[in-house]
Amino acid sequence: MALLRITSPHTQRAGRRTAWVMQMVILATIPGIVVQTWLFGWGTLINVMIACITALLCEAAILSLRRRAVAFFLKDYSALLTAVLLGVALPPIVPWWVTVTAVAFAIIFAKQIYGGLGNNPFNPAMVGYAIVLVSFPVPMSQWLGVQSLVSAQDTLTFTQSLQAIFQFLPVVESHALIDAYTMATPLDGFKTKDLLTAEEAFNTVPALHAANLNSWLWVNLAYLVGGLGLLWLRIITWHTPVALLGALLVMSGFFYGVDSANAASPFFHLTTGAAMFGAFFIATDPVSSCTSNRGKLIYGAGIGILIYIIRAWGGYPDGVAFAVLLMNFAAPLIDYYSQPRTYGHQKAKTGLKIGEDN
Amino acid sequence: MNTNTDTDVIDATKDNTPSAQYTDIIYNGLWKNNPALVQLLGLCPLLAVTSTVVNALGLGLATMVVLMGSNIAVSLIRNYVADAVRLPAFVMIIASFTTCIELVMQAFTYELYQILGIFIPLIVTNCAILGRADAFASRNPVLPSAVDAFMMGLGFMVILVALGAMRELVGQGTLFTDMQLLFGDMAVNWKWVVFDNYPNVLFAVLPPGAFIGLGLLIAGKNYFDEAEKKRVAKQKIQDGPSASKRVRVTGQVS
Repeated sequence: MALLRITSPHTQRAGRRTAWVMQMVILATIPGIVVQTWLFGWGTLINVMIACITALLCEAAILSLRRRAVAFFLKDYSALLTAVLLGVALPPIVPWWVTVTAVAFAIIFAKQIYGGLGNNPFNPAMVGYAIVLVSFPVPMSQWLGVQSLVSAQDTLTFTQSLQAIFQFLPVVESHALIDAYTMATPLDGFKTKDLLTAEEAFNTVPALHAANLNSWLWVNLAYLVGGLGLLWLRIITWHTPVALLGALLVMSGFFYGVDSANAASPFFHLTTGAAMFGAFFIATDPVSSCTSNRGKLIYGAGIGILIYIIRAWGGYPDGVAFAVLLMNFAAPLIDYYSQPRTYGHQKAKTGLKIGEDN
Repeated sequence: MNTNTDTDVIDATKDNTPSAQYTDIIYNGLWKNNPALVQLLGLCPLLAVTSTVVNALGLGLATMVVLMGSNIAVSLIRNYVADAVRLPAFVMIIASFTTCIELVMQAFTYELYQILGIFIPLIVTNCAILGRADAFASRNPVLPSAVDAFMMGLGFMVILVALGAMRELVGQGTLFTDMQLLFGDMAVNWKWVVFDNYPNVLFAVLPPGAFIGLGLLIAGKNYFDEAEKKRVAKQKIQDGPSASKRVRVTGQVS
């Protein structure tokens, strides 16, 4: 099965099988995973492992229920990619059942029930993420503190991370309080600054200390590197990420210019949370995003605008998952209105004409 | 409003015989033409109040009582109401019964009345009730109408309770909480904690969970129907072709 996402596949190099594309995207997340492990401990790696096992089991189970070729579809790596993306998106010490629920829901309900790879209208990883974010707000809001900020005896070793994930709370004495080793993310901190002005918040709120901000800068840089790798391999085009980050930049820049006392700078918005991860790894999903280049620009810009709206005025600190899901709804409509002009034709077809044989 | 009523639209107003057999009425209400699974009527309460078994059961019972009352009343007046004003008349009847049930619930199950809130008055707008009044009760005598209303109401309530149980089990890990709201003090101990230390799954408690739950129930029904169809087809092949070889070539071939 070859992944056709362009109108003239014959001009592409041969051998670009789906499995190869999926493998490359998984490899491109490695810089991000390494940085997250370095900053937040072993939790991310353990999450990814749990997610991968769950994804493969769910995919195999549903494929055999649907009487499809199990080995053939497992070898396209798409389930593994969903699992890896979810594993790095979930908080590092989230209990194991949250990861299992998210991945199982993503594979079974968001992907296989719609007909498997290529037929899912929504990004499976983000559906899984949104489900657990809505269902389990408490564990989903406990992000691990950056190891350099957490006092030395409170950083988690590998076995302690395992304990934290497989039991409700670690039973080690020094970890009696989950507050000892978890910490608000910068976006959380900024969201709950209440009446403080932005400047006061950056000076006083612990989550907005330079070390925490820098750690998130590193995470985002790592995903930027991975994303640039995907661009270089021509697995994704520049349109979606550039439009997404550009829209986020314009929105945050505008509101920072209007009201710099209460809004965060564009730099803050581009380097915290899942900005780069969302732009290069989530929004570029070939199945649930737009097809034409113009469509991708509109789609990416829509996500960027929505991310800013949710971050600034919504109920959640970060909005990548919901923004992507909302634009997934719009992607078919955008596709209808952004078809490129066919060579030799006067003008492009736009919209859906009732009764016309498309 | 109601497309699946081929079996019971035969006009039986003139002669006083029911248009359908009672077994057909029962089969239609509970399975083949189930208001929640097949007609997809009354989705608003179905999705909104099925977060626990007791809510679902309360609204299911209220809907069933209104449906029976309205079907019986409509059937009684069916020969005396002009066609042009029949729908307003039906709506008046349904609204009266809804007001009755609302007052009854206010009197006897006040807390449940408060929990269900706006969805009790909204029973008036439940298309399943008006649909049965127009499609069945206005063309059939009293007894078949009452049986039809009971079976349709039961079919609706069973799905409501099944969905409530699914959502309560997945959402809170319990079954039959707060049944005393409906059954009084003897039901205080009915609560069954299925999973201890269960983390609440808010998704199942919120309305999106109802959509997915209903989707799964409909899928389940389609699965059974499909299996039954296959079994019948297999049976037919085993039985061989029927003896009659005549082919109808004139008139309406359905």
